[in-house]
Amino acid sequence: MTTIAVRGAERRLMEGSEAIALASIAAGCRFFAGYPMTPFTEVLEHFARYLPEVGGTCINAESELEAVGMAWGALATGARAATGSTGQGLSLMQESFAEITLAELPLVIFNLARGQGDYFQATRGGGHGDYRHLVLAPVDITEAVELTQLAFHLADRWRNPVLVYGDYLTAHVEESVSVDPIDFGPVPDKDWAVDGATTGTGHAKLLSPLGLAKFGAEPIGIEAHLRRIVAKQHEIERTEARAETGYLDDAETVVVAFGSPARFVRSVVRDLREAGERVGFVRPITLWPFPADAVAAAAGARTVAVFELSAGQLIDDVRLAVLGRAPVVGIGGISTDGSGFGVGRLLDVETIRDRVLAVHRGGADAALPPLPDNERTLW
Amino acid sequence: MPTLDTSTEPSGARRVGDLTPDLLLTGEHHLCPGCGEPLALRCLLDTITDLEVTTQTIGVVGIGCYTAFTTSIDVDLVQALHGRAPSVATGIKRMRPDAVVFTLQGDGDMVNEGLQEVLHTAARGEAVTCVLLNNGVFGETGGHMTATTVLGQRTKNTIDGREAEYHGYPILIGDLISRLEGASYVARGSVHNAGAVARTKKMVRRALESQRRGDGFSFVEVLTMCPTGWFIPTGESPEYLHETLGAVHVMGELKVDGRVKTTDELHTENVARQREVEARLAAGGLDG
Repeated sequence: MTTIAVRGAERRLMEGSEAIALASIAAGCRFFAGYPMTPFTEVLEHFARYLPEVGGTCINAESELEAVGMAWGALATGARAATGSTGQGLSLMQESFAEITLAELPLVIFNLARGQGDYFQATRGGGHGDYRHLVLAPVDITEAVELTQLAFHLADRWRNPVLVYGDYLTAHVEESVSVDPIDFGPVPDKDWAVDGATTGTGHAKLLSPLGLAKFGAEPIGIEAHLRRIVAKQHEIERTEARAETGYLDDAETVVVAFGSPARFVRSVVRDLREAGERVGFVRPITLWPFPADAVAAAAGARTVAVFELSAGQLIDDVRLAVLGRAPVVGIGGISTDGSGFGVGRLLDVETIRDRVLAVHRGGADAALPPLPDNERTLW
Repeated sequence: MPTLDTSTEPSGARRVGDLTPDLLLTGEHHLCPGCGEPLALRCLLDTITDLEVTTQTIGVVGIGCYTAFTTSIDVDLVQALHGRAPSVATGIKRMRPDAVVFTLQGDGDMVNEGLQEVLHTAARGEAVTCVLLNNGVFGETGGHMTATTVLGQRTKNTIDGREAEYHGYPILIGDLISRLEGASYVARGSVHNAGAVARTKKMVRRALESQRRGDGFSFVEVLTMCPTGWFIPTGESPEYLHETLGAVHVMGELKVDGRVKTTDELHTENVARQREVEARLAAGGLDG
């Protein structure tokens, strides 16, 4: 423990992958299983390096399916446990995500995604049945340290999986950070965890997604089980939405963005404000529950612009929040580097500024400036 | 036709002994008449009691007819997805190294859906015990071909019997696992008669003992009757099991103390065992 405390507390340049692993361990995570895939790979590497130091376990699983299964078992014992991948790898885990949610196990999932096209996967889920995951989207490494720890807290508090949505920049940008444990308050006792001690006592435990109860115990039934989980998710929806907003009061154009690209947008909006333009921004920190109230507050603007690095997924939630009170227009789009890691020409403050200004001056129907021919960004 | 009144015990009835396993909460179940799975379950539950590891035992159950056991046995259990129990067991064991951890899976679960799970877990040498209930069909869906269905066996989607040319060959999962360095104990039992049940129970015991010693991965496959899924009369199913599945998935200890035995060796051993039993019967019986 001391080693990690020292490692984490020392403020230094640290890439997001390392910060996420150290923040997880600071939050009490003692089990991680994953399968390498860019840009998630280094998260696994750092867990493999640091978890044994605190008596934890990191397994380089033979597949994503097995990684999530191993985390499932660790969670069942009451341990704080996590898994992760890119969206591609998480596609393989969806069946388990659905069932782990119905078994009410507090899984933390990291998606170090290749861009923002996994928004639907994260917020709607690719698994079967009625389930939801809390989704936290850090804007930078400092916030990743906080939200990673919050993820473990919220997972335990709600007995529901929490997904942390980052990207290539979250994984690999180095920032000066220190990993200080954050106390988010008490969480319920894990009296449901299995340790074998109740075997043979007449009160053995059963962790089942199927709404089954041991013979002699109060029967649950699948319908009542599912209704209870849905009620819990409605309560999460009511209480856990988070967003950062800026300059909304008199904004004529409001830009909505999440994650690393929101950092570029925030910078653009600040610069434009200094130049006297009445623009503002909303940054959903939780993608589910979606901060609909914060976004609805932007509906007084002349135009709501959505900047996201996908064909348009976040924009659906923005439209649902705005409910037709203002035109909602997408100013992002498909943009990636040659390797498909989601770091493309659109991730550039000048390009974003041109697009925000086009909509700000010309309204929702304004033509967007074309992408620059020269690749001004990393590739 | 006269009927027997079974609402009360007949006068003069005498209970000779209660053979219910300690870890069974209820005898109520939804399994078909003639199902072999309760016999395999009894081998497992009785062994946990015999080894006095009751209050440190955790099970992980797959999806199949035996999923019904999750509510009826007094064991801390985690319900896994179809095929995924070995990974869940891995996570449990790594967090609770002192626990005795087993999985309960069918052939559809383990050998079809989750084949890589059990192989990887064995190769990793995880100190868990996987128990396979192998009847060569998907019993729960009504008798469909699995990866262990033997050639010639009729199932709902091999109506004229499994043909190698069209359906491929069965996987002998115990043989596969026995070749992996991480596997310490591998055995294949059966529940087609009382002798086989007794042998199977010993196998389960050796597997759990191996786990407790930390030797590595242990595995017990148990051939079980499924008259419903096989479309044969209940009374004929033990013999059918022995003569069809049992002739291919040969009973015996496939790996003990690092030594692997081939199916031919097991067959030779079984013939010798049968001859010995016959000789003892001819000499006056099996007593002593």
